Amino acid sequence: MARNNKIEKESFLSKPAIQSIMASLLCIVIGLLIGYIALLIINPVGATEAIITIIKNYFTYPSKAAALKYLGNTLVKASPLLMCALSIQFCYQAGLFNIGAAGQYVAGAGASLFCALSLGLPWYVCLVAALLAGGIFGVIVGLLKAYLNVNEVISGIMLNWIGLYTVNMLLGGVKEVSSPYTLSIANTNPGALIPSLGLEKLFSNNKYVTIAIPLSVIIAIILKIVLSKTVFGYEIKATGIAKDAAKYSGMKEKKNVIVTLFIGGALAGLGAAFLFLTGYEQWSVTQSSVPGMGFNGIAATFLGGLDPIGTIFASYFIQHITSGGSYLDKNVYPSQISDFISSIIIYLCGFVLFFKFFLNGRIRANKERKEGGNK
Amino acid sequence: MALESAYAIEMLGITKRFPGIIANDNVTIQLKKGEIHALLGENGAGKSTLMSVLFGLYQAEEGVIKKDGKVVKINNPNDANDLGIGMVHQHFKLVQCFSVLDNIILGVETTKHGFLQKDVARKKIMELSDKYGLKVDPDAKVEDITVGMQQRTEILKMLYRDNEILIFDEPTAVLTPAEIDELMQIMKNLSKEGKSILFISHKLAEIMAVADRCSVLRRGKYIGTVNIADTNQEELSRMMIGRDVQLVATKEDKTPGDVILHVENMTVPSKLHHNNAVKNVSFDVRSGEIVCIAGIDGNGQTELVYGLSGLENITSGKITLSGKDISHASIRERSLSGMSHIPEDRHKHGLVMDYSLAYNLVLQRYFEPQFSTKYGFLKKKEINNYAEKLIDQYDIRSSQGAPTIARSMSGGNQQKAIIAREIDKDPDLLIAVQPTRGLDVGAIEYIHKQLIARRDEGHAVLLVSLELEEVMSISDRILVMYEGQIVGEFDPKKTTPEELGLYMAGAKRKEAGA
Repeated sequence: MARNNKIEKESFLSKPAIQSIMASLLCIVIGLLIGYIALLIINPVGATEAIITIIKNYFTYPSKAAALKYLGNTLVKASPLLMCALSIQFCYQAGLFNIGAAGQYVAGAGASLFCALSLGLPWYVCLVAALLAGGIFGVIVGLLKAYLNVNEVISGIMLNWIGLYTVNMLLGGVKEVSSPYTLSIANTNPGALIPSLGLEKLFSNNKYVTIAIPLSVIIAIILKIVLSKTVFGYEIKATGIAKDAAKYSGMKEKKNVIVTLFIGGALAGLGAAFLFLTGYEQWSVTQSSVPGMGFNGIAATFLGGLDPIGTIFASYFIQHITSGGSYLDKNVYPSQISDFISSIIIYLCGFVLFFKFFLNGRIRANKERKEGGNK
Repeated sequence: MALESAYAIEMLGITKRFPGIIANDNVTIQLKKGEIHALLGENGAGKSTLMSVLFGLYQAEEGVIKKDGKVVKINNPNDANDLGIGMVHQHFKLVQCFSVLDNIILGVETTKHGFLQKDVARKKIMELSDKYGLKVDPDAKVEDITVGMQQRTEILKMLYRDNEILIFDEPTAVLTPAEIDELMQIMKNLSKEGKSILFISHKLAEIMAVADRCSVLRRGKYIGTVNIADTNQEELSRMMIGRDVQLVATKEDKTPGDVILHVENMTVPSKLHHNNAVKNVSFDVRSGEIVCIAGIDGNGQTELVYGLSGLENITSGKITLSGKDISHASIRERSLSGMSHIPEDRHKHGLVMDYSLAYNLVLQRYFEPQFSTKYGFLKKKEINNYAEKLIDQYDIRSSQGAPTIARSMSGGNQQKAIIAREIDKDPDLLIAVQPTRGLDVGAIEYIHKQLIARRDEGHAVLLVSLELEEVMSISDRILVMYEGQIVGEFDPKKTTPEELGLYMAGAKRKEAGA
């Protein structure tokens, strides 16, 4: 009887999902710890307070209303991050490393803002435009991969830059006269703002809180279902793990690569629209680096244990500490300390696999010892 | 001064446990200097584990290893190398994108001022290659060469390192009859030169032909060691299996029915060279017969099957299946038209190794209404029930049943899963490519029975095999392939392995009667 209990306990620990969560939590703890050490080195006096500020983020506001409002801001930025993470993850399941998510995000931003500001179209058309623009960027990578066997990382990175400068040119016509930023949607075409359906009331009338946030979570859940329960998911994963076996079984592996990258691109493109169509940020047409959102998505997806549901929490967490970092005393600490901590966490995510390996090894060793003892 | 030991290597009382299984239970093997010592046992009997212990890949919990009578500790393959132990693994350890030459010299490169001296290496390799008849193209990339040539590269690798103790792990599984004879000769020559050989096999005829002594393992236990001169195949087989087995398949006479597969002037391009791998081939397979394509590895059999199954596009010709033209049909269409295919490489093509057994069992059928809804959702319960049914019916053994990950299953059971999947589709035509490769006697017996059952039920079977014994015993008609062409058609009752061998080697040819 006691032995049975022991076995159950072991199998609980050996469950992949539990292991992933434990590994991710461990990464976070170590990441924060190293971040804290960095803060100590920069300035030991305020370090403890600073790391607490990063972790507390909006809770630093004493009033509940203010805290809620800034929680809203964190969520507004977590939503596009989640979309980029999902883009990378979906492609990863099919054995593709979609580093082009950054460029697909840029394409989505360009298309949605162009439709909103230049063409004066309503928000839902802008969303579709972003989806298609991102999707087309994905398809280019997919076609190159499927028919010419061009590595998706190479073509993805090149498209990131092509996308950035194309969008800068495209949006040059709808920028403010005195600044490099695009026109405010609220003033130019309020119909292009994603509606909030009253959600803003939950966050002390934070007008940037829109249905984009719940929408991104719903999309994550849909992806989870698609991957684990549908014929399409079965094919995508089979193509990802065993291309030749997929071909042998009659799956159209070329088509699957292209469709996967279209969906991946569409997710990232939609993510951009989820941010820019809230009016929270404006596009700077003079920016000369690809926005980090697509790259941060890589971190979120790995921290989330390559699971859409886990990625929801991971995206929120990464955005949480990033926003928290902006509350630091800029005279003492660089606000990039949060980026630093997220980067450490990204590196540690490689450690997730190692941790699982280590844990399984321990479980096996324990079992072996026990069986040896029973002889 | 101590007496020199008569044994090159001794493994005394080796015990190695894995979770839930004792792979080696107090096993003792003593390899005399200059002898060929066979290690016989079914798949899963613990042969590979024992050799991995000797090679330093695993550490035994109990027992000692002695070299020349002295106790040695082998912690990793480097230690084994230093002791002059070389091994040709069952699954080759080659760098796919390197050339044959680069693979052979890898780790023991001759250099001058930091530059590779490939000419020196090439000379030595070519000498070895000529001396032992191990034909390789030193400049071909490993990913482009046949399994047979990869094996020869592995053997050359060992010879290149001047190893004293040579372990051959199932070396003949992929070789052709002629090559096997050559290899046997090589092994004999090597032992004459004083090298000691451990020959792992479950092929009784080969052991009888080449070995001096034979040790038998069964389910991890050491059964005994016998002198080959004093024993026979029946005794060895009893020692290995623990019961009598039917070594030769039996079947009733049967008159073939309608033409199921009709191939006309089919040509398939080669990935290796600019010539066609299959040249203008025509033949028929009728219902109720097993047609066997015999030939030496690399004569176009693989490409022939790729052309038939749709894995490769044919450049010209016509393929008709049950009266339907499928020359340019997709793989899926061919499968749905009644073609099943047991692929040559079960790891690469046959299974999604990281999918569960249940998922693998529906790999050809997951999209059917039985297993998925019209909205594209998988019916997991039905898939599981179906998997349980096949597992039961075809006796597929695994640790956890349907949810077992395919990678963790034994080779024989992986193959059984593929066979179950392909046969349960109830195809008009079953194409089986080397279905018994690398499997033990019990599994081979089982697979042969399944193929014959398909034939007896009135379906067509096309078997591609490199093993003449198999070809002779189960086929109704034999087509010999040589350099991409069918050079002869034979009735197994009216021909001999010697005659087939002449055609397989290209010494004779006649027009196929198809």
